[in-house]
Amino acid sequence: MRRPEPSSGRLVRFTRAERSIHQVTALLMLVCLLTAALLYLPPLSALVGRREMVRTVHVWCGFALPAPIVLGLLSRAFRADLRRLNRFVPADWQWLRRGDRRAVRDGRGVLPVGKFNAGQKLNAAFTAGAILVMLGTGEIMTFPGPWGDRWRTGSTFVHDWLFLAVLAVTAGHLWEALRDREALTGMLTGRVDPGWAARHHASWAVPAGRTPDAGGRPAAGGANAQVDGAGAQAGEATADPRGTSGERGPDFAKRPPGMS
Amino acid sequence: MSEDERAEGSPVGRRVVLGMLGLGVAGVAVGASVQDKVSRALAPVGPIGDVLPAAGGFRYYSVTSGVKRHGAATHRVTVSGLVDKPQSFGMADLAHFPQTVLDRDFQCVTGWRVPDVRWVGVALPDLLDAVGVSAQARAVRFTSFDGVYTESLTLEQARRRDVLVATQMDGKPVTHDHGGPTRLYVAPMYGYKSLKWLGGIELTDRVKPGYWEELGYDVDAWVGRSNGRSDAPT
Repeated sequence: MRRPEPSSGRLVRFTRAERSIHQVTALLMLVCLLTAALLYLPPLSALVGRREMVRTVHVWCGFALPAPIVLGLLSRAFRADLRRLNRFVPADWQWLRRGDRRAVRDGRGVLPVGKFNAGQKLNAAFTAGAILVMLGTGEIMTFPGPWGDRWRTGSTFVHDWLFLAVLAVTAGHLWEALRDREALTGMLTGRVDPGWAARHHASWAVPAGRTPDAGGRPAAGGANAQVDGAGAQAGEATADPRGTSGERGPDFAKRPPGMS
Repeated sequence: MSEDERAEGSPVGRRVVLGMLGLGVAGVAVGASVQDKVSRALAPVGPIGDVLPAAGGFRYYSVTSGVKRHGAATHRVTVSGLVDKPQSFGMADLAHFPQTVLDRDFQCVTGWRVPDVRWVGVALPDLLDAVGVSAQARAVRFTSFDGVYTESLTLEQARRRDVLVATQMDGKPVTHDHGGPTRLYVAPMYGYKSLKWLGGIELTDRVKPGYWEELGYDVDAWVGRSNGRSDAPT
């Protein structure tokens, strides 16, 4: 399933299932936002027209949007990601509060960030909530039959304003991704440079007991780190002393996400 | 809370999702009245209202990819079918008819409403009288010069004084984006009955459902009485 790359020494960050779920959701979300803009912004509507066709694409992509996430629940790695995204540890609140959260001291971040930082966690929660609310209001707008007009107008109101919020949050998410090449590579290939991981997601990348405890909490999440390929050389601080291999993938996935 | 749970942190993600669901339901429940207030509050911002929801403007609808622009100088509205003398009217011809002024809301079936729009044009019954409707005619079919869009009225509906071949909107000629040079304005019905880019009026022996009506919208689209809505009539 996962092809080992013995000499790369890169950390496995996302499995194929996790990446597929992200990519398909991203594609559907972007099509929804684009068609929404065509239906909704008069200058763009005037440019493209074809209202019935654009509406049909929007409605189908909208109703399909939760599908990759629901199917993704079959993946153990994805379920573990959901638990990580759900849980906020004290360091996450600090991360949100501190202006220097991105600062690097002695080669690592000032806070022990796990696989996901607090911003990514909030983004995931917002996106999940937005998909559900858009699904509900979109259902009322698409099949208005049984609903009174107050519900229909109310749904249009929520759908309209949430569209602008989703547009802003998605643009922010893309902005953050595009200005960090290694983060982008992580989502495209599933692997990241261990040095990068140590700087940005130290408590995910580093084995247990070796993370400086900057957040005042035990940095147990390091146990979830996985170095792909035996004898990894790159990123000395992050190389697993036990001489790991790709075999540890399932183990990694089975562990409770904890601080990672 | 056990030591394990504390180490895992609190379920903030779940709370965010549930909070958004709650806000969504509340928004749907109060949205209809909040939207009115938001419309009024945002009315002064002008063109930016085009990209803000519920700011009280028209939304552009077209069912085709592009609509040929017709200038007022050459544009004509043709009346044909079951009539005594088929005829086509230029803008100057329409200007010779008595002009009817209506200050009414434009109400879209999807929920947005533009209040107090001033429409000026020729009342449809005046135009029908000019061509002489034959005794077999029971309905009117309207065609748009966009090449696709159609609408229909019964003859009885078409004879109402608040059905206009509109040539002016809010004191100016109807713009291309609003369906100009001539569009239909059926005051008591939802917006989709007010066909844009009116090019043809055909008298028929029965109602032929129009574009949106073939897609499931009511043929008799009275505001407040059709499509499951109960809006205050315009």
